[in-house]
Amino acid sequence: MMMAGSNFMKLSFASRSENEAFARVAVASFASQLDPDMNELTDIKTVVSEAVTNSIIHGYNNRSDCTVTITARIEDETLYLTVEDQGEGIADPEQARQPLFTSKPELERSGMGFTIMENFMDRVEIETEIGKGTMVRMTKRIESKKALYN
Amino acid sequence: MSLHIEIEKGGRKTLIVRLAGELDHHTSEIVKAKMEEALEREGSIHVILSMKDLTFMDSSGLGVILGRYKQITGMGGKMVVCDIHPSVHRLFEMSGLYKIVSVQDNERQAVSSLEVVS
Repeated sequence: MMMAGSNFMKLSFASRSENEAFARVAVASFASQLDPDMNELTDIKTVVSEAVTNSIIHGYNNRSDCTVTITARIEDETLYLTVEDQGEGIADPEQARQPLFTSKPELERSGMGFTIMENFMDRVEIETEIGKGTMVRMTKRIESKKALYN
Repeated sequence: MSLHIEIEKGGRKTLIVRLAGELDHHTSEIVKAKMEEALEREGSIHVILSMKDLTFMDSSGLGVILGRYKQITGMGGKMVVCDIHPSVHRLFEMSGLYKIVSVQDNERQAVSSLEVVS
């Protein structure tokens, strides 16, 4: 549901690891309208990287012929992000959120993906269904712009 | 958006690994392969990660660093990180990496900190 007056974008791309950099730079460019400072911009790039990497590695098991979709919306001073795949889904999303938890220990994963998303964003929600896919919704209010005017 | 890696010996048992660019899932595989190969070839047990121009890292980067940390501490070695970019500093702080690796301002200090232990 797009509200009148809000700006938005949608981006779909192949589930290839080289697109992780593309995705975070694209979202950061879009978010730059909110005038984020360097830390906020890094936070946004990092969480996009985490969610897209999860879709590729876990959602699609490293298959490169699937699609990852990102939407971003700006409303007032807040960035609303979704990262979606039509992959395997997450059996236990609460467990996936635990720091250091990884379903693929053999791959040298740090298990910090969701912990980073939760730390760098104001809100993180996971919608997932086995065999259907996963959507991660995140929001972040950009504070730096406000501070400038005060 | 690529990653550059440069590896050189920084002492008898020390490797200096200079990373520049962006370390994510895509580029972490290269870093893992190159570091494992160099550790074996040089017989090194200590690693200095020099990251002045590494402007981005995510949890995949943490994974490869933790993997090498386990590998070298298993051989009795130490890992030192230096010249950390502000954006990577936030990730290290948040993830607790600073609690396990030692931190130095620059490569020279990192090398001398290891000369004391080896």
